[in-house]
Amino acid sequence: MSYQASATLDAETHDAITIDRSKGDFTFPERNKFDAGRGLSAATVDYICDVKNDPPWLREFRHKALQVFLAKPMPTHWASKDLDNINFDEIRYYLSDGEKPKRSWDDVPDDIKRTFDRLGIPQQERAFLAGVEAQYDSEAAYSNVKEELTKQGVIFVNSTEGLHQHEEVFRPWFGKVIPTSDNKFSALNSAVFSGGSFIYIPKGVKLKQPLQAYFRINSENFGQFERTLIIADEGSELMYMEGCTAPKFETTTLHSAVVELVALKGAKIQYVTVQNWSSNVFNLVTKRGLAMEDAEVRWIDCNIGSRLTIKYPGVIMKGRRARGEVISIALANTGQHQDTGAKMIHAADETTSNIVSKSISVGKGRATYRGQVHIPKHLKGCKNNTECDALLINANSRTDTYPAITVKGNRHSTQHEASVSQVSEDMLFYLMQRGLNQGQAMSLAVNGFINDLVREFPMEYSVELKRLIDLEMEGSVG
Amino acid sequence: MHTIPLAASSAALPCPAWFTARQQAAWTRYLAAPAPKRGDEAWRFSNIKQLDFSSFAKSTEAGPAADLIARSSGLEATAAKLIFVNETLVSAQSSLPAGVICLPLAEALVSHSALVEAHFMKQETRLGSAKYAAWHEASLTNGMFIHVPDDVEVAHPIEIHHWLAGDNTVIFPHTLVVTGSHAKVRVVEMFRSADELQPGLAIAVNDLSAGPGSKLDYVAIQAFNEVSRIIQINETAAARDAATTGFILNTGAAWVRNESLSRLEGAGARSDMLAVSIPARAQEYDQRTFQHHVSAGAFSDLLYKNSLYDYATTIFSGLIFVDEGAHHTDAYQTCRNLLMSDTCEANSMPGLEINADQVKCSHGSTSSQISEEEIFYLRARGIDPIAARQLIARGFSVEVVERLGNPALEALVIRFIDDKFAHIASGGA
Repeated sequence: MSYQASATLDAETHDAITIDRSKGDFTFPERNKFDAGRGLSAATVDYICDVKNDPPWLREFRHKALQVFLAKPMPTHWASKDLDNINFDEIRYYLSDGEKPKRSWDDVPDDIKRTFDRLGIPQQERAFLAGVEAQYDSEAAYSNVKEELTKQGVIFVNSTEGLHQHEEVFRPWFGKVIPTSDNKFSALNSAVFSGGSFIYIPKGVKLKQPLQAYFRINSENFGQFERTLIIADEGSELMYMEGCTAPKFETTTLHSAVVELVALKGAKIQYVTVQNWSSNVFNLVTKRGLAMEDAEVRWIDCNIGSRLTIKYPGVIMKGRRARGEVISIALANTGQHQDTGAKMIHAADETTSNIVSKSISVGKGRATYRGQVHIPKHLKGCKNNTECDALLINANSRTDTYPAITVKGNRHSTQHEASVSQVSEDMLFYLMQRGLNQGQAMSLAVNGFINDLVREFPMEYSVELKRLIDLEMEGSVG
Repeated sequence: MHTIPLAASSAALPCPAWFTARQQAAWTRYLAAPAPKRGDEAWRFSNIKQLDFSSFAKSTEAGPAADLIARSSGLEATAAKLIFVNETLVSAQSSLPAGVICLPLAEALVSHSALVEAHFMKQETRLGSAKYAAWHEASLTNGMFIHVPDDVEVAHPIEIHHWLAGDNTVIFPHTLVVTGSHAKVRVVEMFRSADELQPGLAIAVNDLSAGPGSKLDYVAIQAFNEVSRIIQINETAAARDAATTGFILNTGAAWVRNESLSRLEGAGARSDMLAVSIPARAQEYDQRTFQHHVSAGAFSDLLYKNSLYDYATTIFSGLIFVDEGAHHTDAYQTCRNLLMSDTCEANSMPGLEINADQVKCSHGSTSSQISEEEIFYLRARGIDPIAARQLIARGFSVEVVERLGNPALEALVIRFIDDKFAHIASGGA
């Protein structure tokens, strides 16, 4: 009996994860003007600073972060031992083709256009690529911010541009929601980050269309270290969508992003993620939002890909009546471990939070929910609701739930519920009676299980999500 | 009833060699094991400072035995009643069916050495207190050994009293209960202090092994004075079609650590894990549980309820662990916290680890206070708000007690609950 999942990838597992990857299974020739080489040292950090022309305060910040990263132990005393398989010396920490961000669609190189083709962006939507900040190996290769947004005073640039051109807005909040020393991987990101988005929405501006960014990893063994900072000023509203697919590689790739959201008084931020990294990617992400008075931060998170994902989107509710929400779907196939969850830190009166998490374990996949709800003393009227449901498809699928709830004082209420179940034989029998094959019946049942959460996603994402789940469920039964 | 000769309980009896060797090995393990530290997952949220036990020592005095025997009131009808003061047996009566062994451990080690050896502390302690379990194993001088042979049913409960007497005394109460197939027994243990002011420490272990088709109920009532501390480690094993119930009531002690583990080893096995805790003032109760489904087709159900007053703190950390191949498992886990003050603190960590298919598992945890509407309803019927709150809190706890399914036992437990509520009402709740 093993209490810790096996850390090695056996042949069977490897075979299993090399299927169903048609969507992201392609690469383009690399042409990198700047390459920081393999491994991480003070010299790597200096190289990145030089290339990106970082101001002195940032150089100092990165060096300090590197020290923190080196000093912190791996969190393997609670997290998966699989983390020990990351070889930090094998990873290249910075690559860039050195070209300036593009302004018009015609300027975008053909191979990147082909990437968009494979990502399935429809023709008519491309003309409407307003606000798309597409990441190609961490640097914005294409960036076309619709003129109206600029007129409204919205800033939507990559993080490098943000800190160079909008330092007065960027710097006061940078690293404030997630301090460098929050965890080992936030420290790593702080030392070597490049790319990611910086968004500022001025007071009272309510964006009708979501902002999007597509992230891609395209160099073998190259980790992406995006840094995203979104500031929604008083009364503003925004939805940000981030979708990832990655080409398939044979050796391990590391992705470690830091995403900070700041919702000032009365602002609303929705952050939507569809994560479909290939099954060799370590996806170790720190995401946290700060919600001031009457503000709302919602994380809508879907994890389908990667080898190991460790991600607990969090909300710190700092102002009265602030609201935090995490809606999470995880699908773990053979060879995958989705270690996801949520953190809700109540720091003001009458704050409310809601966590709904659904996970599906297929084959030998392992899905874990890990959550923290904290309601400190001297607050009143705080509420939390947590629901975790897990669905097991095969006999050797695995699921775990580890919530931690702290409530101090008596004017609060929290509830936590979790259930584990499987698709019932009766349901499958019923569907097969009506002419579906077993795989289709299973897919239908699984889609039904997550349907109420999928509806929370924007339309085009929910369609893509259902298709991805169908793809993952292929060959899981019979 | 007849009386067991007390001389038999003397620690001066010769121990079998295997036992001496086990004690020596345990002492080595105790010395080698590191003390828990901050950051250990098994001690998350715990107050590690409470683990400084350096001021405690064993006492050779039997304390005011006659007085304590007089105070050892429990059930009206018992199959056996044994009273220990600081691990020394001071009174023993029994009227057990033939074949049932119910002896102080020191005596059972001599008379039933092989039987004790087959069951004595066989499982590793996995919920964090391995070091203290080793200390217990190395240091115990007495305890209880109960063995009910196949097809024998003991009608009335066996009642055991543990008194902690003297200043800074440490005791190591040990209870080992083994049932043969289709046997049936109930055991009640009560832990109390001789005096309200003298600090004491108990490192208690109870091992319950339920044979096929047997029924084993165990009730622990902990009502130490509020300057004492206790670590209580429970190990329950349920074989095929066995049904076990483990119930813990905590009303006393300054700091409590309960570690309860149920291992479901056969199809049709059932384990009910129940607890009622009513901490007040600055009491800290730290409870860790583990429902281990080794076999397919077993059932476990856990219900822990805490009513927190004043500055009290509770920690509940539970895990349902379903082994690979333990299909058709039914496992449930519920922890409910009733917050009775602005300053109390409830921590819950209900966990699941599922490695099998065709499993029905759920866990729930809630923390809330009594709603104003409920109080209003009772006030409208002429009940003052303080009494109304007590009434609701009592009903909240009694729901768990009723799961014991034995009116005499329930009445005994409720008597201790009412004592605590009376104490809270008079003492600054």
